[in-house]
Amino acid sequence: MSTPRTLFEKVWSAHEVVPATADTPAVIFIDLHLTHEVTSPQAFAILRERGLKVRRPDLTLATMDHATPTRTEQVFGGAPITIDSAAKQIRQLEANCADFGVELLGLQDARRGIVHIIGPELGVTQPGKTIVCGDSHTSTHGAFGALAFGIGTTEVGHVLATQCLLQKKPKTFAINVEGELPNGVTPKDLILAIIGKVGVSGGTGYVFEYRGSAIRKLNMEQRMTICNMSIEAGARAGMIAPDEITFEYLKDRPRAPKGAAWDKAVNAWRALVTDDGAVFDREITIDASALEPMITYGTNPGMVVPISGQVPDRAGDPVFDAAMRYMGLTPGQRIQDAPVNVVFVGSCTNGRISDLRAAARVLKGHKVADGVQLLIVPGSQEVKRDAEAEGLDQIFKAAGADWRESGCSMCLGMNGDTVAKGQYSVSTSNRNFEGRQGVGARTLLASPETAAASAIRGKVTDPREFA
Amino acid sequence: MQAIKTIHSRTVVMPSTNIDTDQIIPGRFLTTTTKEGLGQQLFADWRYAADGTPIADFILNRPEAEGCRILVAGRNLGCGSSREHAPWALLDYGFQAVVSTEIADIFRNNSLKNGLLPIVVDDATHQWLLANPGVTVTIDLQSATLQAASREPVSFPIDAFARYCLLNGVDELGFLLSKDAEIQRYESQHAG
Repeated sequence: MSTPRTLFEKVWSAHEVVPATADTPAVIFIDLHLTHEVTSPQAFAILRERGLKVRRPDLTLATMDHATPTRTEQVFGGAPITIDSAAKQIRQLEANCADFGVELLGLQDARRGIVHIIGPELGVTQPGKTIVCGDSHTSTHGAFGALAFGIGTTEVGHVLATQCLLQKKPKTFAINVEGELPNGVTPKDLILAIIGKVGVSGGTGYVFEYRGSAIRKLNMEQRMTICNMSIEAGARAGMIAPDEITFEYLKDRPRAPKGAAWDKAVNAWRALVTDDGAVFDREITIDASALEPMITYGTNPGMVVPISGQVPDRAGDPVFDAAMRYMGLTPGQRIQDAPVNVVFVGSCTNGRISDLRAAARVLKGHKVADGVQLLIVPGSQEVKRDAEAEGLDQIFKAAGADWRESGCSMCLGMNGDTVAKGQYSVSTSNRNFEGRQGVGARTLLASPETAAASAIRGKVTDPREFA
Repeated sequence: MQAIKTIHSRTVVMPSTNIDTDQIIPGRFLTTTTKEGLGQQLFADWRYAADGTPIADFILNRPEAEGCRILVAGRNLGCGSSREHAPWALLDYGFQAVVSTEIADIFRNNSLKNGLLPIVVDDATHQWLLANPGVTVTIDLQSATLQAASREPVSFPIDAFARYCLLNGVDELGFLLSKDAEIQRYESQHAG
C-alpha cells in the first residue's frame, strides 16, 4: 500500500519535471499562467532582451484589471484614462500580447475582469492544475483543488519562457472548520476569524488545506473568498478538495472539458482528496458555529474582532499602538460606533455575483447615509451583466451607490479610485494596510453584508439588524 | 546580475513588525513598465509629506542613514502583495540586504532573484541589532554568516541553489532553460 498523501502532495508530485536535489530546487510545470498589466511588463522585457519566445501561449492568458479605469466613459466611451502611466501600461500589455502571441482579454472584451474572477468563470481554473499569476491573491483558484500561488515578475518571466518554476516544496497546514456557520455569518467572516487565529505570518512556508464539514457546505464562490485570503495569513496557497459542488460549477463553462473529456476529467479529479491517514505538518480546528460577523480595526487583516465586540486594549504593543494612531480609534471602544465615510463592495475577495446579491439584499429599499460614498464594482464584466439582468444595479443606484465597470478599483487604488486621507472605509477587499486604499485611508475589512449595512447607517453596523 | 560575496555596511533600523510591500512601495507607483528609479518612491508614505517634502525624523531622511546598505526590520518583513517593485525599490535606493526574524515567502523569493539578500537571524541577534542601530555588519555569503560589530558571527539559512546563483552572478532562468529536454519530455507525457 502506498503512503497516504495530502491533496497538496498529489498535485505537487504530478507536476515535478525535475525533482529537487541537494543542490537545486524542484522544477515544477505550470498548467495555467494568468497575467495582467502591472506585474508583466518587465517580464516581457526579459524575453526581448534574451531573444526568447513564450513557450506555451496556449497555457497563458492575459487580462487587465489592476490599473484599469472603472468609469464607463473611459472603458467604452473613448474618454482619456485619468492616469497617463496606467494608460501606457495598458497599451504595453496590448503590444506584448500581440508580439508574443498571448491571448488577451482586453479593456473592452466582454470576458474581461479581475484575473482571479475570470479564470473560474471561463472554466480554465480546474482541479489538480498548477496555476500562477503575478499577484498574491492567485491563492483564490485553490478553491477548485488547484495548487495556485502568486509569483513575482522575474518568475513571470521564467514561466513565460519555460512554463516552469524552480520551487522549494512548502509544508502543509490543515485548517479544519467544523460545525455550521450561524445565520448572518459569511465566509468572509470565517476567513477573517481564521487569519485572526493563525496570525498574519502563521502560514508563512505552508500551503493551507481548508477541510471539515463547514467547508464542504460552501458553494464555489464562498470557497473562493476563503482561499483568496490565504496569503493574508502568510500562506502562498490555500486549497479545498474538489467535490460535486466543484464539478457542478465547472460543467459547461466555456473552457471546461466537454463530452467524453469531461467524464474523464471528473474521474481524475475525484482522486484529488487527502487520503485518510495523511499527515499535515500543522493543523488547527475552528468551530464555525461560534462565529459572528467579523471586522478589522487595525492595519493588518489579523487585527480583527467580532462586530459586537470592542477594539482590544494592547497598549504598549508597538504594532497595536501604531495601528491605533493610524486608524484614529481608541482601545476599548465599541467597533460598532466607528464612523464610516466610504464603503467599497468589490475585489477578487468579494466581487462575485453572490457578493453583489448579498449587498443588494441589505440595500434594497434603503438609502446610503448622508455623506457616505458607496462604490460597487463588479469583479468582471460577466458579473456586471448578470447583476444588471437581475436588476441589482437598480437597487444599488436607488440606494445612492456608484455602479461601475469591473476591475480591482478601490482595493488598491491604482486606477485613481481612492479613499481620501483620514477617511474611514468599510471595504469587502482583502488588505487594510496603511495607505492601501489611498494615502492616509483607514480601512475596515468586512463582508458585503456588513459593508452594505454600514453604508446605510453611516457607521459600522451589524448586518444581522437587516436580516 | 552582479556576483555577491560579502556586504559590509552600517545598518538602518526600522523596528516595525509586519512591514508590508504596500509600505515599501505604495500601489500608485506600480504603473511603471521598467525597474529603474523606484528608489525615489521607497517607503514614500512614511518618507514624504503630502507636498513631497521629506519628513525629517523618518530614518531614511536622517544623515546617519546615508550610505547604509543593510536594512534591519521588525518581524515578518515584506508580507502582502507579490509586487517585485518592493525589492527593486530597495535595491535602487542602495540596500543590498534586509535582516529580520521572519521574511514573507514571495518577497524573499523576489529579493533573491534580484540580488537583495533576505537574511533571517535568531531573536537574540535581531534584538541586539534593533537596539544598536548604525552598527557595522558584515554578511559573508560563502559561509552564510552575519557578523555584527565584534560579536560572534551567526549563520543564516539560505537555499543552496540561490546562494550559488548569487555568488556567481548568474540567474535562475539559465538553469531552467537548460532543462529543455526534461520539460519537453514532461509536455509530451502530459499532452492532451
